[in-house]
Amino acid sequence: MARVVILGAGVAGHTAASFAQLWLGKNHEVVVVSPNSKYNWIPSNIWVGVGRMAVEQVVVELAPIYRKAGIDFRQARAVSIHPEGGAQGGQPYVTVEYTEAARSGEREEVAYDYLVNATGPKLNFGATEGLGPEKNSLSVCTYGHAAAAATAFEESIQRMARGEHQNFVIGTGHGLCTCQGAAFEYLFNIEHELKRRGVRDKATLHWLSNEYEAGDFGMGGMHLKRGGYITHSKVFTESLLAERGVNWHLRAHTTAVEPTKVHYETLDGENHELDFDFAMLIPPFAGVGLKAYDRKGGEITERLFNPAGFMWVDGAYQAKPYEEWKAADWPRTYQNPHYPNLFAAGIAFAPPHPVSKPMKSVNGTPIFPTPPRTGMPSAMIGKAVVASIRDMLTRGATAATHTASMAEMGAACVASAGAGLFTGTAASMTVFPIVPDFEKYPEYGRDLNLTFGELGLAGHWIKYILHVMFLYKARQRFGWSMIPE
Amino acid sequence: MENRKPYQQGYFPPVPTATTRFWRTNLLWQAWRLLRINMKMVRVIRASHH
Ligand SMILES: Cc1cc2nc3c(=O)[nH]c(=O)nc-3n(C[C@H](O)[C@H](O)[C@H](O)COP(=O)(O)OP(=O)(O)OC[C@H]3O[C@@H](n4cnc5c(N)ncnc54)[C@H](O)[C@@H]3O)c2cc1C
Repeated sequence: MARVVILGAGVAGHTAASFAQLWLGKNHEVVVVSPNSKYNWIPSNIWVGVGRMAVEQVVVELAPIYRKAGIDFRQARAVSIHPEGGAQGGQPYVTVEYTEAARSGEREEVAYDYLVNATGPKLNFGATEGLGPEKNSLSVCTYGHAAAAATAFEESIQRMARGEHQNFVIGTGHGLCTCQGAAFEYLFNIEHELKRRGVRDKATLHWLSNEYEAGDFGMGGMHLKRGGYITHSKVFTESLLAERGVNWHLRAHTTAVEPTKVHYETLDGENHELDFDFAMLIPPFAGVGLKAYDRKGGEITERLFNPAGFMWVDGAYQAKPYEEWKAADWPRTYQNPHYPNLFAAGIAFAPPHPVSKPMKSVNGTPIFPTPPRTGMPSAMIGKAVVASIRDMLTRGATAATHTASMAEMGAACVASAGAGLFTGTAASMTVFPIVPDFEKYPEYGRDLNLTFGELGLAGHWIKYILHVMFLYKARQRFGWSMIPE
Repeated sequence: MENRKPYQQGYFPPVPTATTRFWRTNLLWQAWRLLRINMKMVRVIRASHH
């Protein structure tokens, strides 16, 4: 009987754990280590952040699901990985620290045969002075942050109702952010709600982003066939910004956030500032900071993780200029090159390089989106990794058997532009592949028959259906495994 | 809109006409689009699973 340990119970980890139990649970042990007692369907945090959904609608308690499924759940944070075991050798293990109230702070060594690191991002608010909900700006990255943003939003609405003017700044809180899409959705949901509440005329909205052009979204943007033209997403994105009366400020690295002022530098080296009453700025992401030790207790963190804390897997990591990047650089099996029983899934893996072209300001400040790792690839990677582990455990496979390269898969993404059963809209997008492959698709790097986008009410319905469907799947209700990632 | 005045930022991008905006929330048309978009997404999901 082998033990598969999964670190993290987010999109990648929960998917991995669910399939591990389905495929291996009868004969093997599945352990999940995660510090939060709840699973959060993060995409719907946007609606929590504008007060259209309650926190309870976007979270699910994990313990009952895991108990029913027969998964051993430890509510704890992984601290270090010991891939060679301890001084006496033996089984590799992870040191975890409990966060569950009853055992808070208690440490334990959890042995494993296979380990999946799906710990997601550390929200690195510390990278920018004054950034984050504990300082001067808001966030929607967790359900708690989103609930706090909703409270602040309501206060702003009340002020506007009393005739005051409010400045909203929404976007990225650092030059190396990813996840622009989430901030973008939040911007348009705010705008939609302001209109619905009859105070739109009292608000000025600003989109602040590290993208070179609007509509980059960390993917270098995308080209779409529409209206008889092949058009870059920049055009559609600027169109939406103009339609909704939003001012935009691009190529920006946020340098500091004061209580009512955000400072930023742009690629041309100029320094700017924007006054705000309400600012929601996404932080840059880092790895969660796991350490690693060899059998003698010597630190080997750099063997397992890159300097930002993301885990090395089977990507082509040698540095090379943008012009030489290839689709084949992207990991396929997510197996660590030193320890074949160690995998990473979701945001936790180290990408070989960004997708958007790296840019530096004249002062040498890097300002460009870091690579995106959205929900669909995160879940698909989690499932592929566990399928490989299953084949190694039960079918005698000696190497990983399943792949999920972001340069070989597409993504379906729905970006909300306002909630409402009859008045809502969202941009429904598909992109194939996520990472452009200029060898296969020389002109635009993508298959233009599978890359598509459209704004409308149908998108809102789809986004809502996805919310219901993925929470149903997370609860492991009847037929859950048939629902695609 | 302030930023759509001549030579302001929002003056230059294309903006949807009233007709385009009408179809975006027209229930019958959007029901049809729901079907079409779903078919598109299924194709992408199929192409992504190896
Ligand atoms: C506001 C917002 C909206 C978004 N909207 C969309 C969208 O519409 N579509 C889309 O595709 N993507 C969207 N995304 C991106 C999507 O949420 C991420 O791609 C996805 O959550 C990544 O999955 P993950 O499992 O890698 O990380 P997460 O889902 O963040 O999960 C990480 C897990 O690891 C746990 N963990 C953390 N530290 C440790 C530790 N030390 N030990 C053990 N466990 C640990 C966490 O508690 C969590 O359970 C959005 C993101 C945000 C912030």
